[in-house]
Amino acid sequence: MSKRKNNRAWFLVLPTLIIVAFSAIIPLMTVVNYSVQDILGPNTRVFVGFEWFREVLRDAELHGAFLRQVLFSLAILLIQIPFGVGVGLLMPRRGWSASLCLVIIALPLLIPWNVVGTIWQIFCRTDIGLGGAFLDGMGVDYNYAIDPVDAWLTVLVMDVWHWTPLVALLCYAGLRAIPDAYYQAAQIDGASPWAVFRHIQLPKLKNVLIIAVLLRFMDSFMVYTEPFVLTGGGPGNSTTFLSQFLARMAVGQFDLGPAAAFSLIYFLFVLLFCYIFYTVVMRPDDAPGS
Amino acid sequence: MSWMAWTLATGIFFACIFTVLVVMAVWEQISPTVERRGFLPMATTRGDRLFIGLLCTAFIYLFWLATTDASPWLALPGSLIWMAAIGRWG
Repeated sequence: MSKRKNNRAWFLVLPTLIIVAFSAIIPLMTVVNYSVQDILGPNTRVFVGFEWFREVLRDAELHGAFLRQVLFSLAILLIQIPFGVGVGLLMPRRGWSASLCLVIIALPLLIPWNVVGTIWQIFCRTDIGLGGAFLDGMGVDYNYAIDPVDAWLTVLVMDVWHWTPLVALLCYAGLRAIPDAYYQAAQIDGASPWAVFRHIQLPKLKNVLIIAVLLRFMDSFMVYTEPFVLTGGGPGNSTTFLSQFLARMAVGQFDLGPAAAFSLIYFLFVLLFCYIFYTVVMRPDDAPGS
Repeated sequence: MSWMAWTLATGIFFACIFTVLVVMAVWEQISPTVERRGFLPMATTRGDRLFIGLLCTAFIYLFWLATTDASPWLALPGSLIWMAAIGRWG
């Protein structure tokens, strides 16, 4: 007997739909409207078609920001995922030391993003900061305010410090969910620690790692506050990422038309990456190539 | 509504999008979609193929605007053909 569908459930979704319409869809439609006009004043605007899109897409500074953004996100994934897995593996599984580790590792996640930027800005200054003064004392020529490489390394280390705990905690939760029977079977077979990691822990962590990669990629792709506070996008444009570029265009220069066009392009890329990750995450385990 | 800075072109664009969504919803009621696998690397429903088609169209337009000064209308036939191909064989 076929099950009868109850469409009244749709009415329960209606309040959410209304809230989403006001908080997301209507503003998005407004951005689309702005992106095809030259906004000269509150009630003065001229239709320009795709002109802003053309201008933004051919902007060499934007290409630079996009490349830096992709590089930053890839570097974040390449560092944070293996590092987080390593930390998760090293964390004690039981007892008071496990609780202590969890609290200490979770601490960076509790700090507001702008405070993280401020902490690292002070920490890395060679005159008053512990980290900067230490490097200076070791004879390392380090100054994140004038050297692009130093600025990049500082932003990367700051992000690793801030967000690796998230990956580590996710991995730790995944590792705790593996039944002891697997380890007992591996012990009976005389498996090495590497074999246990390769054939038991890593496959069992697959779903957790996909979520970690998704979260870290999306978050790093939209990073704004920490680099803004730490380096202000400098020296030059060396640590100016996409969201900072957008904020400068929209708020700093008040170029609402180009900023709206750029927002939509940025949104499309975020949507594309989200969809790819969503498809990978939702792919059934028995699918070919999975 | 003047704060939303409407233009005729964007009005028509959103009207088309909403019409497509309504048509898809009605179609779903009349004939529920079945997941199937075509040339895309995963099984998709009708809604998935519409979404992928629209996203591809957006990127075709971005590529067009980034690389040529020719009228964006010239990118429309290619985009529609690609959308139709995804809908039929995707």
